[in-house]
Amino acid sequence: MSVSPFPTTRRSVVLALASADAGERTRAFDTLVACYWKPLYKYARVAWHRSREDAEDLTQSFFTRAFEKESLASYDRAKASFRTFLRLLFDRHVTNDWRLGQAQKRGGGEVHLDFDAAEAEIVTDAATLAPDEYFHREWVRSVFAVAVERLRERCESEGKLTHFAIFESYDLEDDRDVSYRELAARFGIAETQVTNYLSAMRRRFRELVLDALREVTATEQEFRAEARALFGGVK
Amino acid sequence: MKWLSDETLAHLRDIAETPDLRGTRYTLVRELGRGGMGVVYEVHDQELDRSVAMKVVDDPTRGEARIIAALEHPGIVPVHDVGLLEDGRFYYTMKLVRGVRLDEWVRQEHGRTEALRLFARICEPVAFAHANGVVHRDLKPENVMVGEFGAVLVMDWGVAHADGGAHERVIVGTPGYMAPEQARGERADARSDVYALGAMLAFLAGDDAPRPLKAIVARATAADASERYADARELADDVVRFLDAEPVSAYRESVFERAGRWIVKYRALLTLLAAYLVMRAAVLFWTGH
Repeated sequence: MSVSPFPTTRRSVVLALASADAGERTRAFDTLVACYWKPLYKYARVAWHRSREDAEDLTQSFFTRAFEKESLASYDRAKASFRTFLRLLFDRHVTNDWRLGQAQKRGGGEVHLDFDAAEAEIVTDAATLAPDEYFHREWVRSVFAVAVERLRERCESEGKLTHFAIFESYDLEDDRDVSYRELAARFGIAETQVTNYLSAMRRRFRELVLDALREVTATEQEFRAEARALFGGVK
Repeated sequence: MKWLSDETLAHLRDIAETPDLRGTRYTLVRELGRGGMGVVYEVHDQELDRSVAMKVVDDPTRGEARIIAALEHPGIVPVHDVGLLEDGRFYYTMKLVRGVRLDEWVRQEHGRTEALRLFARICEPVAFAHANGVVHRDLKPENVMVGEFGAVLVMDWGVAHADGGAHERVIVGTPGYMAPEQARGERADARSDVYALGAMLAFLAGDDAPRPLKAIVARATAADASERYADARELADDVVRFLDAEPVSAYRESVFERAGRWIVKYRALLTLLAAYLVMRAAVLFWTGH
């Protein structure tokens, strides 16, 4: 599954879910899956204490059913943020008899997800957070990861591999002791270029984060509220 | 897709949020606070060698800066400079206000009279805005600064609107200070700000406020906007009348209350008169006349 079905637009895919155009609905759905499947899978594992197999089935069946029944299109922006709506819908899915008919859906669903990767990402301090806080943190992680992936794709398509490699080395690695001088030597460029490349990458990264956020929110107000929540500075 | 650790996530949040000030005359000093529409930083103006406040917003309309620029008043921080950052965000710089927020000021030792005098001064820039057709829409103690030398400044005009947001259909404001019509997503007008000011007045007056003061608060925070003061000026005038021991429009006092207020108002004169009468009686007594 591509993570950037909406590579050049800032249109809200939440609104596109209710589109009369089936193709647009499918693209919107794929974008939402990209941003939300990992948070929901981890949420099932940590907040609902489900086994790996159950969490996989829950996540898979949730999206499959949501797509088939178009239940996401029932989102009412006046009632809650889309993020909250989705989490509550998932809660209901978990508590309902979700196993019903899942056997025939497994393997035949619309989404194919890398659960091994998600499983490896479940961190040990999760138990210290309230369920909604945990879901929010994992959602932030997912939105940022989608933005990083889109940045990598853009850089590859534009031949800016060194740009992304510098961004990856300096901003994505846990060990940030590396200096601009070391990066300049490693990539065979001037130190000032490292500064410029990094600055350009950060600027584009920020744009892509906000683009992703705009896509998964329905209104300008929700977008602003989620942007504040995303950057961790809600007043 | 790459796994992002908590540490990397925090770092990415920082770099995505920190403004890129290259190409401007400013260098970043520190973050000062966050409002509904942006983040405020202390920055150093290299050309004038001074610290100023910089607000960075995503709003491309520059609405707040234009509203502030149109409201020249000592109680509203003036805009120095506007511009576009390298990262595409819009910024404007303002005078860096040194002082404390009203909610912090209240925790210090201040009497009710001093707090009410301060409140009347908070109303002044808001009344000026109302007279110019602007509604603040997010008045609360956190958005009022009390300067080092007693200056009072109303801050954060980020959701202010020239027509009360008649076409927005969105909810702006802060619970506890937000007028009922704002909470319903309806158009806000000067009386919506009066509601917020009334809530601030209740905050400043305390639970043991005298009845006339409580009546002012009740009128300012009436659920029905038509029952409130028409604007901040009317509210401030009533508070000043209370401070001057004059009858307030929000409260019909009894004869005894009127007498008590009259005694308080002319206390100094009555004391002098009483002293004169005592002296006169003493003189008459000792001289036998």
